[in-house]
Amino acid sequence: MSGMAAMPMATPSGVHGLAWFWLGLLGGAWSLYLALRCSTRARNRWPWPRSLFWSAGIITAGIAVIGPMASGERADFRLHMAAHLLLGMLAPIGLVLAAPVTLTLRTLPAPAARWIARRLSSRLVRGLAHPATAALLNLGGLWALYSTRLMAEMHRHAWLFILIHGHLLLAGCLFTAAIIGIDPIRHRPSWRTRAVVLVAAMGAHAALAKHLYAAPPTGVSAAQARAASQLMYYGGDLIDAVLITVFCWQWRRAAQARGRALNAGRRQRVPLFDGSAKPLPAGVQPLERTAPANAMGQRRALR
Amino acid sequence: MDADPTTRQSPAQSDHTLLSGLLLGVGVAAFVDEAIFHQLLHWHHFYDRSTSSAGLVSDGLFHAFSWFATIAALFLFADVRRRAAWSRRRWAGGIALGAGGFQLYDGIIQHKLMRLHQIRYHVDVVPYDLAWNVIAVILIVVGVALARRSRDALRAPRQ
Repeated sequence: MSGMAAMPMATPSGVHGLAWFWLGLLGGAWSLYLALRCSTRARNRWPWPRSLFWSAGIITAGIAVIGPMASGERADFRLHMAAHLLLGMLAPIGLVLAAPVTLTLRTLPAPAARWIARRLSSRLVRGLAHPATAALLNLGGLWALYSTRLMAEMHRHAWLFILIHGHLLLAGCLFTAAIIGIDPIRHRPSWRTRAVVLVAAMGAHAALAKHLYAAPPTGVSAAQARAASQLMYYGGDLIDAVLITVFCWQWRRAAQARGRALNAGRRQRVPLFDGSAKPLPAGVQPLERTAPANAMGQRRALR
Repeated sequence: MDADPTTRQSPAQSDHTLLSGLLLGVGVAAFVDEAIFHQLLHWHHFYDRSTSSAGLVSDGLFHAFSWFATIAALFLFADVRRRAAWSRRRWAGGIALGAGGFQLYDGIIQHKLMRLHQIRYHVDVVPYDLAWNVIAVILIVVGVALARRSRDALRAPRQ
């Protein structure tokens, strides 16, 4: 692959070379996940939908960077926009919901897993994984790509193509994980913070789409820009709907779990004292002195 | 199927009912705006050349918010329905209030103040604006009335 950087994108072999690169990368990621999943530690307790999500995410990413969409991207800005939607928005949903970090932590031997977990809870990682940071990386990257010459240059250098599309995928995964990720992360920001950042990011995405309508990137025809900007606007809406739905679903599940934990604690408490010295109703236990239930519904007895 | 005035509803639950209605109203109004005026009638344009960048950002934010609001409203709706008592009147009041509020915001601030887009181009837009804003105000009044009536029903003493 060392010769690829020197090869211009215009030649057919350059495009095919790139396809092999992506095939290797995505195929490798897919196999790695399945290998981890099938190893002894994780086999019995890994929900099958997660493997399905991973496969779906990899396939979606593959459609965007391998084959007709990738090779047609150069000439047709609309195809690029479709690839951007698939690679940067739809594929990450599948990849994140597959919980790859959890799988890794469960499969590796304990010392390695602990090392990784410690790295993941470092301040740097937590800062990177914050929704606001992820949103900035995504929207900032998009703005840079479409309002500078980056877009035109990308199609001339293979390494730039890889860098930009790789960034699209990774930044998309970072953002999706920050909003709906199910991998363990310490001090995950509150639901409200995540909702606010999500709406703000969606708003910026919509604004950028409309801006592209009137101000095409360098080297793109006005007609293509108009069609592509509408694709970005409405296609983004559609995929965002999936993201919002998963977010609300998770919020509701957490709220229900909290309600159940609270109720489990409440059932022990009996309103005994109403001012009269009545005896307890039949069958009611006196109030057990316990500490408040923690998030898992467990209570510690007080002495 | 209005609320039985003898059932008590905790303030938090009635807030969720109203909130769900509000969000759904905003979302539905925005969706109707998009579907009918942009797509069907082609009266609105996707992009108005006279838009400032601030206007573009505000338009995008409001669009994003209404989209989020629609879906969140449905989840809140499911949440509220699951509980013991809910007031359809209050929910409807929330919807009217949300839709009217969005329409008024769109009609006055987005159309007139920020000039993001107009209701229709190449015609005298005054009667359209008038109709738009009057309908918005009517919706708001209906919404407030419904919300207050439902609150009075909740406050009715137990028989």
